[in-house]
Amino acid sequence: MKEKSGIKGFLKKLRKYRVYLLMLAPAVIYTLIFAYYPMTGIVMAFKKYNYAGGIWGSPWNGLENFKFFFKSGQAGLVTRNTVLYNIAFILVGTFTQVAVAVFLTEIHGKRFRKISQSMMFLPYFISWVIVGVMAFNIFSSDYGFLNRLITALGGEKIAFYTTPQAWPFILLFFNIWKGVGYGSVMYLAAIMGIDTSIYEAAAIDGANVFQRIFRVTIPMIMPTMVILLLMSVGGIFKGNFDMFYNLVGSNGLLYNYTDVIDTLAMRALISSNDFGMSAAIGLFQSVLCFVTVTVVNKLVGLYDRDYALF
Amino acid sequence: MAEAINHLGKVKKGKDVMALNIIAYGFTGLMALLCLIPFLMILAGSFSSETAITANGFSLLPQDLSLEAYKTVFKEPIVVFRAYATTFGLTAVGTVIGLLVQTMTAYVLSRKDFEWRNGFSFFFYFTTLFSGGLVPTFVLYTQTLKLQDSYFALLLPLVFSVYNLLVMKSYISAIPDSLVDAAKIDGCGEVRTLFQVVLPLIQPALATVGLFIALAYWNDWYNAMLYIKSDTKYPLQYFLYQKVNDIEAYKKLIANNAVSGAVVSSMALPTQTLKMALTIVVTGPIILAFPMVQKYFVQGITIGAVKG
Repeated sequence: MKEKSGIKGFLKKLRKYRVYLLMLAPAVIYTLIFAYYPMTGIVMAFKKYNYAGGIWGSPWNGLENFKFFFKSGQAGLVTRNTVLYNIAFILVGTFTQVAVAVFLTEIHGKRFRKISQSMMFLPYFISWVIVGVMAFNIFSSDYGFLNRLITALGGEKIAFYTTPQAWPFILLFFNIWKGVGYGSVMYLAAIMGIDTSIYEAAAIDGANVFQRIFRVTIPMIMPTMVILLLMSVGGIFKGNFDMFYNLVGSNGLLYNYTDVIDTLAMRALISSNDFGMSAAIGLFQSVLCFVTVTVVNKLVGLYDRDYALF
Repeated sequence: MAEAINHLGKVKKGKDVMALNIIAYGFTGLMALLCLIPFLMILAGSFSSETAITANGFSLLPQDLSLEAYKTVFKEPIVVFRAYATTFGLTAVGTVIGLLVQTMTAYVLSRKDFEWRNGFSFFFYFTTLFSGGLVPTFVLYTQTLKLQDSYFALLLPLVFSVYNLLVMKSYISAIPDSLVDAAKIDGCGEVRTLFQVVLPLIQPALATVGLFIALAYWNDWYNAMLYIKSDTKYPLQYFLYQKVNDIEAYKKLIANNAVSGAVVSSMALPTQTLKMALTIVVTGPIILAFPMVQKYFVQGITIGAVKG
């Protein structure tokens, strides 16, 4: 293929591709305005923001925003919380999703399989606002279902909303709860793709059902598991704001155990109106995310070239 | 003795299959129940009387069957209907525009005769790697574009997503090139090829991506929280969020003022059951549509995971 170089060649292609470019235009303009332009706004992290000055007119502030963020001890706390929560979500989530997928394929009752799968998929469809309401129904100290159960069994009521130690478990539960149906679909698809002759061979060799699962099914879906695991590791510094905000809200008592980077950044913006500080937290997170995603993608590429995203 | 003879045969096989069945049915059954129970609790709560809930707490079955909560929700039907109309309107408009933009973009990016496709793909993909973050986006919407309290602040953030673009692109890439080429040889322009040849072939993709977009609009409360100030413009989820918070604030206010007042007032006005009825009203359509749309989501998730 001979390429014409220079402006002439470029103009020729511009003409040749004019319909394509027109079709791309809305998405390109959108992405420029709503994704690329805000990237320039990260300079706010180094400014003492005021409304009158805006992004460009506000005075520079050096690294003051970052200094405050790190010295106050909040940086360490929220970063630790974000990472630990995500590790727990990824590990327990993957385990549950794989287990559900494996068991669903082993269940022969078609109706049971269909109904239970639908039931597990249901939480995926509702907003975290509703999950927040559900959490209150279960864990509230006055009306909560769980406390009702505890007292019925002769125990003492637990004030969950003032007991921060309980929240890692509650948040983990709802995270798993909301994602199990969605997540298991991918593993189900992977299991369906396994060549049935492998199972027949295993049966002839006298494998029992557990050997079949651990020696055939799990190893065969391992590539899918590794890829999905690595991809979720890429988001390890991203807190699920929707979830934390709706379940914990502005309950300051719980922050030590529940505050993540995203909720802190939002409070800095909405409650304290400290744009510079919030931008600094956001930039800190964006950089961490960028580095992890790049590293993870390298790893995915090493593992299986086909799955690497770039 | 039969067991000894048959040690690789029926008896042993029966045992392990039995064990697996118990575990498999037990585990999936338990998970499925756990997923359903919070929904049942809300449904039961919405049909209970306030006094019963105040005295006993939430349960899985309605206590002291009552429609009081729903009556309170619809006492001012206009408020609920307005939120419904907002969400319906946004979902409809957003889904149509979103589908159009995403399909056009995905079509161009999957054309092999378009030499710049990799460059443009990276242009879109890069935005998932790095972003300006919360504050610059907030400033863009509120100060640069002045969209505070405008429906555009609810429409624009969700209209285009790279994830949906990738799902759409993998569907379109699966169409044999020969089909598109044949259309072009027959004299179809790009636009006609897209709308008359490609679109009919990717109807499942339109359904799947359309539903992903629609669900995102339906469940959005975040953008309303950031940008919408007047309560007449609240979409459904944020409307619910505000009501729930109002109810809690109201309860605290009464509790702080006088204990006796709290008892009287909380009995007079449904609060906990009102929250439940509101939640049902807000979730209803999703749950009803769920059996019909589930299979499209399953497809989309699978494709997104493999090709994403």
